[in-house]
Amino acid sequence: MSADHSSGAAGTHTLSLKLHVWRQPDRSATGKMVTYTVAGVSTHASFLEMLDILNEQLIANGEEPVAFDHDCREGICGMCSLMINGRPHGGRRGTTTCQLHMRVFNDGDEIWIEPWRAHAFPVIKDLCVDRSAFDRVIATGGFITANTGSAPDANDNLVSKDQAERSMDAAACIGCGACVAACPNGSAMLFVAAKLAHLHHLPQGQPERLHRTQAMVTAMDAAGFGNCSNHYECEAACPKDISRDVIAMMNRDYAKSALVARDRDSKSDGSG
Amino acid sequence: MTLKLDARSPSGPIEQQWSSARFDLKLVNPANKRKYKVIVVGSGLAGGAAAATLAELGYDVACFCFQDSPRRAHSIAAQGGINAAKNYQNDGDSVHRLFYDTVKGGDFRARESNVHRLAEVSVDIIDQCAAMGVPFAREYGGTLANRSFGGAQVSRTFYARGQTGQQLLLGVYSALSRQIGVGKVKMFPRTEMLDVVVDPATGRAIGVVIRDLVTGTITSYAAHAVILATGGYGNAFYLSTNAKGCNVTATYRAFKRGAGFANPCFTQIHPTCIPVSGDYQSKLTLMSESLRNDGRVWVPKSTGDIAKHPDQIPDSARDYYLERKYPSYGNLSPRDIASRAAKEQCDEGRGVGPGGRGVYLDFRDAIRRDGEDKVRDKYGNLFDMYERITGENPYKVPMRIYPAVHYTMGGLWVDYHLQTTVPGLFCLGEANFSDHGANRLGASALMQGLADGYFIISYTLGHYLAGVAAKDLADPAGPLFKRAEVDVSAKLDKLTSVRGKRSVDSFHKELGQLMWENCGMARSKQSLTEALAKIPALRDEFWRDVTVLGSRDSFNQSLEKAGRVADFLEFAELMCKDALVREESCGGHFRVEHQVEGEAKRDDDKFCHAAVWEYTGEGGEPIRNIEPLVFDNVKLATRSYK
Repeated sequence: MSADHSSGAAGTHTLSLKLHVWRQPDRSATGKMVTYTVAGVSTHASFLEMLDILNEQLIANGEEPVAFDHDCREGICGMCSLMINGRPHGGRRGTTTCQLHMRVFNDGDEIWIEPWRAHAFPVIKDLCVDRSAFDRVIATGGFITANTGSAPDANDNLVSKDQAERSMDAAACIGCGACVAACPNGSAMLFVAAKLAHLHHLPQGQPERLHRTQAMVTAMDAAGFGNCSNHYECEAACPKDISRDVIAMMNRDYAKSALVARDRDSKSDGSG
Repeated sequence: MTLKLDARSPSGPIEQQWSSARFDLKLVNPANKRKYKVIVVGSGLAGGAAAATLAELGYDVACFCFQDSPRRAHSIAAQGGINAAKNYQNDGDSVHRLFYDTVKGGDFRARESNVHRLAEVSVDIIDQCAAMGVPFAREYGGTLANRSFGGAQVSRTFYARGQTGQQLLLGVYSALSRQIGVGKVKMFPRTEMLDVVVDPATGRAIGVVIRDLVTGTITSYAAHAVILATGGYGNAFYLSTNAKGCNVTATYRAFKRGAGFANPCFTQIHPTCIPVSGDYQSKLTLMSESLRNDGRVWVPKSTGDIAKHPDQIPDSARDYYLERKYPSYGNLSPRDIASRAAKEQCDEGRGVGPGGRGVYLDFRDAIRRDGEDKVRDKYGNLFDMYERITGENPYKVPMRIYPAVHYTMGGLWVDYHLQTTVPGLFCLGEANFSDHGANRLGASALMQGLADGYFIISYTLGHYLAGVAAKDLADPAGPLFKRAEVDVSAKLDKLTSVRGKRSVDSFHKELGQLMWENCGMARSKQSLTEALAKIPALRDEFWRDVTVLGSRDSFNQSLEKAGRVADFLEFAELMCKDALVREESCGGHFRVEHQVEGEAKRDDDKFCHAAVWEYTGEGGEPIRNIEPLVFDNVKLATRSYK
């Protein structure tokens, strides 16, 4: 795309679009695709701004606007979702829905917009789903036990630059759920494994490593996520480019944990 | 009636105040802590850290957030880093220097005792975060890396790529999740606080009224203490770098229940944001200030060159105005100064891009000096973000940036204990007013949020609760709560029953435009008076002509927005009133009548104080109270970055 500096912004024009949007009044209701048209959408608008335009149009016509989750609109909070033409976040590499801009669409395009489809993510309304299953998994082990105030000096624990970088690569996960939505089995392996890899690339994460892996994998299964059958759609859909390597790390640890992990909760606190 | 503003700052030398306070603060018997219910509203760095830490101590905590998970609070969007006086770089940093820089950077409008404590606990924050697995950047030897950040001459900023806020918040979220998992914190995502309940007999906060955003159900929750950590009010301007959900509702409704609101006019405009591209624009995206370490800010010297491609403008025809005007700080000048300088260039017709509202942030020289790979290593994710949004490649064409509303230094007035003027109601993080004065330095917001949540409230809340009997828990089915529920329901019904012609967003945009023009980067008696005439008219129109479709007992995003915009329409007036009375320029508050050669001119004789506004009822004039600020340790001086 060439930069036109007389207008100061790269080649602006407007689009007319036909949208097919999933409408569902609440969790128990039956949903359906509804077709709308929007016109005059600037190619510089973001995808969510295009939906804002649609909603303003609906409100003006006395129709309830389309519910969709969003918050930071800069690709970091993980609140936005949406299957766009069958791909989570629209399928552009390393891009969340809020960062997807209309310049990638053409005038006259038809766009299908649906919520995440996964057993563990029930629809709340229209395009909003309930992702609290992720929180439940994290609450079983996605942390390092370190009460406030109990930490040694930060430089007492040396972390090689390489380990810190690999930890950060996994920690970049925004918990949006695209990996689950992309997976034919609705599996959360990439999400769970990313959290484990973030902690397990660091020395601080080692003491609880096997227990954590076992607890989170168990919670993941209990939350209704499917199993991994190595499609790696998750990796392709991840807006933060989390590598599937994290899954291999998790599987190794899980196998080890089955062999050696003791249930620490069944042991005494050390006093007896 | 006027507010009683006792700051409760400890006496004695400033270096010893916090340690002596920690000894003097009363303790709650460990066996009794579980009998105390504490409500935390907000789950960002301040609220999440408070909820987790208080639960670790044994309190019975309930935490509310409007997002679908506490992991999404807006702290997550902070990019650049977090300050701490570790002096790991051996470059002359110390607790005293961080204290000094923060007081001076805040243009002498913060309370010294609070700021010194902040600088002291900053070092503990880094230790705590590292222990919790925050993947901070490292040197090859394995020690922590630092960078220098806007307005500082030492390298004291710790960071995790350009996602420091995200990583710190995920640390907080992990601690919070651990407490949720063991049942010590009850978490309520997708909920919104719509009122604080205060017992008129004792004057104490006794609970909150909450709306479940999925079902629309209104429920009261009683507690021995309520902590608000609900962030800033930058979205009063509609366009800001804040997340779309950020709002003033919790703090404004607390104000209406008796909490003093301090310095509402102190708002921070961040100099490096991606400029507005059109009227559909829904938010502005920040480009981390760290970019100013290597990027050079310039505009064409001649207005005739603004439409030219930047490559065709030779160095001799470029004005690197920050380097020219502020030679010792140059491109790293503090935010308020860099923002105003950009506005000045654009006002004079040298701005670039749509509407002439932009300046260049150019990496050409850094790329020539260090190579593209080195620049990509440092800023790759930011450059990618810029390209996704603008469609332009910043390795080839200079970025265009423009200032945008970013942070609010004003907030609920709190004393040294972080308690508001309502006993039992505490306020942490951006939502309070305390530490940044009239201007916040880069990488200090994360520091303050975590200081308040991890290391301060855990001491001061205990002191308060030690004076409250555990059995004195209010009854959430009692008449005080019922009355508050009726008020809240009536307001929601009113919003859904207007059924006018204009959408909520259209009002919000109009208010934002009005505030940006009249109470933005430059304010004058005339502009503020004009805003004060227009805001009530817009508010009347809102209540006559807004349309909120759908019902209040269901998931209704329009209704959520409508409630928040209704509060902004009242709060904006308070901002303008505060700005009008403060007849001086200080930090982010720039009154055009008060300047010397374009620089802010403080008036310490008349305004060396925090202005604390007191609500006096529907339609009543709020009262302006004063907390005088005394500077015993940092000498009042004119800020100079030249």
